[in-house]
Amino acid sequence: MEKIFFYFFALIIIVFAIASVTSKKILRAVIYLLMTLLGIAALYFMMDYNFLGAVQMAVYGGGIIILFIFAVLLVHHIEGELDEPKFPRKILIALINFVGLTITLTTIYYHKFEVIPNKDSIEVDSLGKGFLNYGEGGYILPFEVISILLLAAMIGSIIIAKGRKKI
Amino acid sequence: MIEGISIYEILTLSSILFFVGLYGFLTRKNLITMLMSIELILNSSVLNFVVINKYLYPNMLEGVFFAIFIIAVAAAETALAISIIINLYRLHTSVDISETETMKY
Repeated sequence: MEKIFFYFFALIIIVFAIASVTSKKILRAVIYLLMTLLGIAALYFMMDYNFLGAVQMAVYGGGIIILFIFAVLLVHHIEGELDEPKFPRKILIALINFVGLTITLTTIYYHKFEVIPNKDSIEVDSLGKGFLNYGEGGYILPFEVISILLLAAMIGSIIIAKGRKKI
Repeated sequence: MIEGISIYEILTLSSILFFVGLYGFLTRKNLITMLMSIELILNSSVLNFVVINKYLYPNMLEGVFFAIFIIAVAAAETALAISIIINLYRLHTSVDISETETMKY
């Protein structure tokens, strides 16, 4: 049963990812990207990482996709079509990517992973304790750095998007 | 772990996702769609972190921490990039990479 669900979601992810990078209408490409991100969130839920799936859905589905839609509506004609790259260039890039994919997959399949079967789920409180732990193996410093990074990005994007005022 | 699914299948999925994102990044000419391809690449790396944490080190949480850090960095990067794109559109009335040649005005 879970196998069927996994293959279903994998199919959704790959098909919508390809549709998202090849679609000519830009707003449709954004919606296809949303489908891909939700498929990945579904995989997190299947792996019993419920908190991570919720974060993925909230941040990507709720935040980033809305930002993209706003950007598209602000800077683009919705009905306009994107211009395609030339055909030989497309084929060349696809070929290079295919070679890269083959090399990656052979490396993965030749490596022997020592899988530990488990059914563990993570508790959110252990995650929070790990983030706020300043002892050994704690993540308080990256946590603070990421907070300052988010604040700086927010202020910076407001200032950049506002533009320079004429004095 | 997902019942009946080995780690190889999920790693295959994430590599395919990565190279689809790379293809989009190299073929697209529009800044917004290039940013979307970057999102795909970041997502595939997050999926890798989570899968390896789940299948190989189930009693640790390091993969989940890094997944959350990557998601936060991706959110910050998208917000900043979209504000730059909007500013660029104001200057050039276009977000095509072939028409945005000057960095300074």
